[in-house]
Amino acid sequence: MKSIEMSARSVEEAVKLALQELQLTEEDVQIEVLDEPSKGFLGILGGKMAKVKVSEKRNPLKVTKKFLENVTAKIGVQVTVVLKQEEAGYVKMELTGKDLGILIGRRGDTLDALQYLANLVANKQNNEERIKIIIDAEGYRKRREDTLVRLAVRMADKAKKTGRRVVLEPMNPQERRIIHTALQNEQTIETLSEGEEPFRKVVISLKK
Amino acid sequence: MKELVEVLAKALVDNSEEVNVSSREENDTVIFELRVAPQDMGKVIGKQGRIARAIRTIVRAAAVREDKKVIVDIVQ
Repeated sequence: MKSIEMSARSVEEAVKLALQELQLTEEDVQIEVLDEPSKGFLGILGGKMAKVKVSEKRNPLKVTKKFLENVTAKIGVQVTVVLKQEEAGYVKMELTGKDLGILIGRRGDTLDALQYLANLVANKQNNEERIKIIIDAEGYRKRREDTLVRLAVRMADKAKKTGRRVVLEPMNPQERRIIHTALQNEQTIETLSEGEEPFRKVVISLKK
Repeated sequence: MKELVEVLAKALVDNSEEVNVSSREENDTVIFELRVAPQDMGKVIGKQGRIARAIRTIVRAAAVREDKKVIVDIVQ
């Protein structure tokens, strides 16, 4: 975090000069007045300059974006991180570039790991409202959602046909929610989750 | 890859200057030893090792590119 001290005739002027120097605007910084200015005797003798300390505030989204850029660069993938403010409640960071498959991993496990750490970084030293970040690469999340919805419908059909419970493979909470939501309007079907994280699974069965 | 472990750890801990990573190679496996300040141990391990697991998953992704196996050890 950048920080400088600046002196000028007035507090306002010192702040203005400091912001110019840091190339930041007032909302990005914290201002501390170290010395109030005082006029000397008759405005001539012993006047004191105003002195301020201007420090850059930790902007969690900027820091997180930087984190993702650093990490992907070290993995050896050229990535641009695009920040999208979506519906209230979460911020989406979209990774674009070549070779993104390596960042997605098997069933998105690398992407989920990146997302988990990015959320920790964003909320580090953050006492205010929790920031929720969703990371996507090449529209993977949407594609995975479509796949899961199709899977849910297929497995519900299987449960109806056989009359037996169908146990899906382990999924994370977000993926399980997609399955539950996809089937919540089915009249004859019910879904629930069984087992312990990270091996919790959705079970589809007929309503009794 | 060593730098990757450093970047990940430094972003998570409070005392980033105390992050230290060493690496050695045994056969085709690279072993990283990650050391952090004692009060930061929880920040790189997490509840039920969840953070450690995420770090390993990401380092493994980088290792695939270099066609190597990796182990990330967190040592006290």
